[in-house]
Amino acid sequence: MPDAPGLELIRGEIERDHPGSVLATSFDREQPALVVDSEQILAVLAWLRDTPGQHYTFLSSLHVADYLPATPRFAVHYELLNRDRVERIRVKAMLADPAAEQGAPGTGVLPEIDSCVSLFPTANFQEREAFDFFGIVFVGHPDLTRILLPEDYVGWPQRRDFPIGGEPVTFTYNEHNYG
Amino acid sequence: MLRGDLEGEDLERYVEERVVTTTFEKLQNWARSNSIFPLTFGLACCAIEAPISVVTARYDLARFGAEALRASPRQADMIILSGRVSIKMAPVVRRLYDQMLEPKWAVSMGACSSSGGMFSNYAVVQGADKFMPIDLHIPGCPPRPEAVLYGFTKLQRKIQGSPDQGWRQRYNAAGTEEWARGGPASRPSPEAAEAYEKARELSRA
Repeated sequence: MPDAPGLELIRGEIERDHPGSVLATSFDREQPALVVDSEQILAVLAWLRDTPGQHYTFLSSLHVADYLPATPRFAVHYELLNRDRVERIRVKAMLADPAAEQGAPGTGVLPEIDSCVSLFPTANFQEREAFDFFGIVFVGHPDLTRILLPEDYVGWPQRRDFPIGGEPVTFTYNEHNYG
Repeated sequence: MLRGDLEGEDLERYVEERVVTTTFEKLQNWARSNSIFPLTFGLACCAIEAPISVVTARYDLARFGAEALRASPRQADMIILSGRVSIKMAPVVRRLYDQMLEPKWAVSMGACSSSGGMFSNYAVVQGADKFMPIDLHIPGCPPRPEAVLYGFTKLQRKIQGSPDQGWRQRYNAAGTEEWARGGPASRPSPEAAEAYEKARELSRA
């Protein structure tokens, strides 16, 4: 792992090549993470993959978190790995919820970010899964369809404002409530 | 015995002692209940208990005549839903059930397939009897193999036309039938209606 000063060095070098791309860094629990501007995510990922001395060539995971009620609401996490040095670095692209920004939640406008399939082919299925559960649109993805849920499913079930579902069960003690 | 060995009253008594008369229907159901062909089919963790453990030598479903698991629904006449049924799996399960030839029986095994169990969420069907007819529910999480065998003997009795009913009388529970409770039982609860409305709003969005 890069340590905290090493992370700041990486940040400085990225900032030199792509000004304004890195918004913040974090070194929580010995895990280096770059918080980046979602507009420049491809540039940052390509830089980390191709720059001599970095070579984070392996995308070990891509996933999304919903931080509701925080803003920006979503973050796409890229877990990168350098397989020679066995070093990991996390890239977090913060994504605002366009539906909430326009003052009309529930209008169905989905957050968008560039697809990184061109850089890491393994992202293909993982981006489809992220789209499936969170409704994040990966622009430039070759086939952005649902992968785990049924094709005709409506909604983005892993979002925090999605109703949990299920139904109350009638037992004798609550029969008068639900009967 | 050869013809002529017994005559007259001796022959009458011999026949009375040795021949049982029954209806063909009863004989047929007796044969069916003792030669069930379960479908080799597992959904989740309950599958370890039901189709797998139960047919091993320790529990031995062969004692009840159901040891021949079939790999095709066309040859099977009992399906055990052993685990939670997700909304994506439900059409597949229903199709398997439809492919089975009559007469056929369906057993819902464990809490998940009977009621959704602990998976009260967006992905799991809350009870398999929402999409196919179920003959028998076995409670448990998961049910012990003994419970599965007990349930299986209950199913056999049902096939033979004498299901073990009357538990409402035994437990003084007359009037708890869903049809007897009337009105509200046939309507969704306020919580379910509310969740449904929310989901509708999301889907419109």
